[in-house]
Amino acid sequence: MKTSESTKPKAYMNPYLAGFLLGLVLLATIYITGRGLGASGAFKSVVIASVETVAPAHAENSAYYTNFNETNPQGPWKNFLVFEVLGVLVGAFFSGVLANRTGLKLEKGPRVSNGVRIAGAIVGGALFGYGSQLGRGCTSGSALSGMAVLSLGGILTMLAIFGGAYMLAYFFRKLWLK
Amino acid sequence: MGPLVPFIISEEFSLVIAFFLGIGFGFVLEQAGFSSTKKLVGLFYGYDFTVLRVFFTAGVTAMAGTLLLGHYGLLDLSVIYVNPTFLKSALLGGVIMGAGFIIGGFCPGTGVCALAIGKLDALAFVFGAILGVWAFIESFPLLESIYYADAMGPVRISDFLGMSNVAFGFLLSLMAIGAFVATRLIENKVNKRKPTIERRKRNRYALAAASLFVVLAVTAFLPGKQDIINMKIAEAKRQQTCVFKEIPADKLADEIVNKYYALNVIDVRTPEEFEAFHLPMAINIPFEKMMERQYEPLFKQRLKTNIFYADGDTLVRMACLKAKYIGKSENMIMKESALEFREMFYEAQAPSAEAPKGELQVYHFRTNTARQMNDLVDALKNIGAPVKREAVKIKGGC
Repeated sequence: MKTSESTKPKAYMNPYLAGFLLGLVLLATIYITGRGLGASGAFKSVVIASVETVAPAHAENSAYYTNFNETNPQGPWKNFLVFEVLGVLVGAFFSGVLANRTGLKLEKGPRVSNGVRIAGAIVGGALFGYGSQLGRGCTSGSALSGMAVLSLGGILTMLAIFGGAYMLAYFFRKLWLK
Repeated sequence: MGPLVPFIISEEFSLVIAFFLGIGFGFVLEQAGFSSTKKLVGLFYGYDFTVLRVFFTAGVTAMAGTLLLGHYGLLDLSVIYVNPTFLKSALLGGVIMGAGFIIGGFCPGTGVCALAIGKLDALAFVFGAILGVWAFIESFPLLESIYYADAMGPVRISDFLGMSNVAFGFLLSLMAIGAFVATRLIENKVNKRKPTIERRKRNRYALAAASLFVVLAVTAFLPGKQDIINMKIAEAKRQQTCVFKEIPADKLADEIVNKYYALNVIDVRTPEEFEAFHLPMAINIPFEKMMERQYEPLFKQRLKTNIFYADGDTLVRMACLKAKYIGKSENMIMKESALEFREMFYEAQAPSAEAPKGELQVYHFRTNTARQMNDLVDALKNIGAPVKREAVKIKGGC
């Protein structure tokens, strides 16, 4: 397929400029709300709301769900992170449209099949989701926001995430490299 | 003074703001290239360190900005959320997340971002992440002991290492810049690229790094809001130039009885001293806590007069000066100390019958006023309580 000049994806932003802007967004978040950004918390809201709808009896008998409702009397949806992640979807889509990067696409390493990539994404997602709950936040909520407020736990989690990925990178090189 | 939630912006409205902050977050992530899984994992194979650059620059920017805002009293650093530290779960969770990163190719934020522009692998990743969260919740009873192990509370790394926030800020910035340089060299080697950098670009990077250190140096070496106020107080004390509006205890007692609604009687002693005895209608703001944000409106309003009192002359004057530099309200000090007030009004000795008329009059005024003040305190005791309403049943029929 030939792509004309007008539909070619534009270059990415300079990483330092992007980082600076991201830092300003994070700073504004801290200034306005007193807390940082996040992402995995919204997934938790999805899970809790789904389980409460599908299996209300189970949710009532499980301590985790009842605890969540006690600490979040407004329910799982009326949550800062849920609205923030909705914004992320809109903002990223907006940016993708501006830069001609939208469209259904499966991105993968050169040596793997579509099936392997999808399976890898699901397994990796599951691990990330699991770890983010155990570590009280993911790359955004714990590592990035934690670094901004100099949280010891946040910085340790950050080191563990990147350290862990580096340690395992060699074993999964076939997923990504030629 | 920040954070704006919940005093200036309500919790409800913060959800709307969250949406807009999310737009900014998503926009920048996508612009930086975080919607591409190849770019993300490039970090771990050495061919593309974009993630590290964006991530570290963002962290350092927000960190320096937070310190700067805190230094000038625009952001209350003592109330912002610092992620609590639980050693075991932080490290174990982090390593599991690292495995998820290298296998799945995304993290939750970037996954959502890539999903928004139509990446199917991101859809699978987000689906997997939701399953993972669900698995965690269901297996929580088994993990509870690890989850809560080694609780250290919301500790900052600077406190943990025994250095100031700014000192750690310097360290982190140096680490970031070192990492930027080192990764550039690695990238050049892996991609077999010529190690050249445009002159204009290099100058800009140098300027950016320099401004970061300027911001940190400002926080470290220039006086902040607290220091400026303390300096002004010390200066005023040294020069003896300030004039205090004083109000005698008799006058104050009379004002309390007749115009309590136009006054804030402020006790700047310790809470224990306040408990032991305080003036009627007085509120307690210990001197050390005057700068706290919940008291700020009191010193900035111009409707009521603030009247300070304490046991000593120096303390009450310092408090009055401090209030003057925090806001623009009208401030006065009570001439007498709290103890003298008590002696005058509540422990007054009846003068002998042949005492001069003036003395008798004073005695009667004081005992009278003391009684009135007690009545007032009694009458206003329930002022904050909600009005009781009883449902009236409408009775019909004849």
